[in-house]
Amino acid sequence: MYEYLNELLGNQILAMLLTACVPLVFILLYTLFAVWLERKVSAHMQDRLGPMRVGWHGSLQLIADFMKILQKEVPVAKNYDRILYEMAPVLVFTGSFAAFAVIPFSSGLIGSQIEIGIFYLMAVSSFMVVGILMGGWSSNNKYSLLGAMRSSAQIVSYEIPTALVVLSMVMLTGTLSLSKISDMQTAYFWNWYILGGPGTGIAKFLLIPSMIAAFVIIYISTLAEVNRTPFDIPEAESELVAGYFTEYPGIKYAMFMLTEYTNMYAVSAVVVLLFFGGYHSPFGYLGNTLGIGWLIPFEQAFWFISKGMFFVFVQMWLRWTLPRLRVDQLMSLCWKYLIPYALLNLIIIGIISLL
Amino acid sequence: MALKTERMVLNMGPQHPATHGVLRLELEVEGELVAKVTPHIGYLHRCFEKHCEAMMYNQVVPYTDRMDYVSSMYNNWGYAIAVEKLLGIQVSEKVEYIRVIMGELQRIASHALALGSFGLDIGAWTPFLYLFRDRERILTLFEMTCGARLLYNYIWVGGLSHDIHPDFLRMTREFVRDFRATVDEVNNLLSYNKIFIERTANIGILPIDTAINFGCTGPTLRGSGLAYDLRKDDTYSIYNRFDFNVCVGQGLQGTVGDAWDRYYVRILEMLESLRIIEQALDQIPSEGDVQSAIPKRIKPPKGTVYARVENPRGELGYFIISDGNTNPFRVKVRPPSFVHLEIMSDLCKGHLVSDMMAILGSIDIVLGEVDR
Repeated sequence: MYEYLNELLGNQILAMLLTACVPLVFILLYTLFAVWLERKVSAHMQDRLGPMRVGWHGSLQLIADFMKILQKEVPVAKNYDRILYEMAPVLVFTGSFAAFAVIPFSSGLIGSQIEIGIFYLMAVSSFMVVGILMGGWSSNNKYSLLGAMRSSAQIVSYEIPTALVVLSMVMLTGTLSLSKISDMQTAYFWNWYILGGPGTGIAKFLLIPSMIAAFVIIYISTLAEVNRTPFDIPEAESELVAGYFTEYPGIKYAMFMLTEYTNMYAVSAVVVLLFFGGYHSPFGYLGNTLGIGWLIPFEQAFWFISKGMFFVFVQMWLRWTLPRLRVDQLMSLCWKYLIPYALLNLIIIGIISLL
Repeated sequence: MALKTERMVLNMGPQHPATHGVLRLELEVEGELVAKVTPHIGYLHRCFEKHCEAMMYNQVVPYTDRMDYVSSMYNNWGYAIAVEKLLGIQVSEKVEYIRVIMGELQRIASHALALGSFGLDIGAWTPFLYLFRDRERILTLFEMTCGARLLYNYIWVGGLSHDIHPDFLRMTREFVRDFRATVDEVNNLLSYNKIFIERTANIGILPIDTAINFGCTGPTLRGSGLAYDLRKDDTYSIYNRFDFNVCVGQGLQGTVGDAWDRYYVRILEMLESLRIIEQALDQIPSEGDVQSAIPKRIKPPKGTVYARVENPRGELGYFIISDGNTNPFRVKVRPPSFVHLEIMSDLCKGHLVSDMMAILGSIDIVLGEVDR
């Protein structure tokens, strides 16, 4: 993408800006859809209709909400820390937006082709903790502070099982580049890592159980990282009102919500890239059959977004089904179960890959 | 070097999503650990008892609606029983049956709200709306009968405000048939959910002697394992004609008297209420005037009376002093929620802030009744 634009425009900075705009546009459109989907999923799960007034089946509801939110006054608590307070939502959003730089939507649409993609992604997504702590601390509200404390404890702990699973995948594939991991699972869906990867023979079948275990671990821990139910303890509305962003009104609140939805997609994308063939189609390409080369990247983008949306849907499904855990149970789940199992899984995958 | 620590005072309410009304809880927390809970009440005080002294006996009924506003039928009923006792009125068979049906429907509606909001406090949204869906049907039945969905003013001294609608019995039967499925649904979705059990079992254990000492009644007491139900132990109306069980907490998922037990007792009670309604629907006489016993002018003799009923939340008692006038000299209410709020600070000690929500949900208070 960047190379193409650079050639076309002959200006590096312009090409970079345009390339950076693509994920941003995607995020905004995706958020519009995801918020609507969340409302509809929750409504239909609960025997309700959900929003129905604005647009077809309430499809423009978020735009109406956004117009309202834009007009909101920004009242703040006494003695709040202005600089930190203003910075927090931006910083949080930056963290989740930066992750999109390395997520390959298709072979033709990657923000940055760096070799350490997954490493970079893990690094910038932990950037969010700083923003959350800043937001919780600066708003001078006890609920925000409790929420921020819970949130940072949660994100920091759950990064460990995520990292362990990513480590085992890196060990298996031998690369940190997300597009290379994706390309290894090309062709058909039996090459996906959840089904043992592209290898053949006994090792592939031996890998399947540990791959499924790895997938479950990373899915649970990424769910916790993005603060979704059953791990939405930092913003448990029946306890902490809204957690670390209790004191944020208007557009700043919208930034936090945007971040939440962006993160939902980002973590789903990681899961898709590692286990579900990345941007590759499960059935082969229409472009290949018809002999139209330029169609393939678009098909890839379609598959990547669809797979990602499926996991976003699963997150919503879980949210509207399960109650939430308690803060100590969350920690014990992480430290007593997920981390040991992830470590064990790492060893097993290591042994199998040696075979 | 030891770090200097101090307790943080967290003011929860009166505007807080989980305090079920305008309750204010002053928490002293050490990190997430609750060291002390002080409930502050009075934000919804409306001088109910004082108002009654300026009203005639029959004018008090709408005020009782507004006490425990999610079980208004029972409040009406308790008051009606008290004044009827004072006057020595015997109401007709049909009135008694309708009162029982309404009371038990109200119990289901009230428990549905209690369980739903308990789940909501734990973070489970969906069971709340499932239970509300069926609560709506009960409210429709009430609306069909007396025109109101929340504050009914239905059970009057000596009778009822309206006779039942011709379709009422059929629709109630249909509701009873369908509601069992909802209970199963909620059991699958919430009661036996691993996370829900983790959150509520062994939390807020109320030992039976503490419960008795504090004067707990209703599901809160029965959750601790004592089968004490005024419908059986101090039978009023025609409850002795029905076959039903008194459900008690058995500590199925943890210790007897924990939050899960209090929750599950309510689930079982809803099923028992369905049984009572079914029997009452079979036995109800088709003929009868529901207003024939209503006195034109209530002027009871001098004296006092105490009548109590098994409200969905526990023992609801009315103590009325009559000085021989048309107005009561004094009406004192013994509300179950007020008593149950007292145990909060004992139950919450040493638990986490999140557990406090589970405990508050499990004792199920209604602030309208606490403050009156």
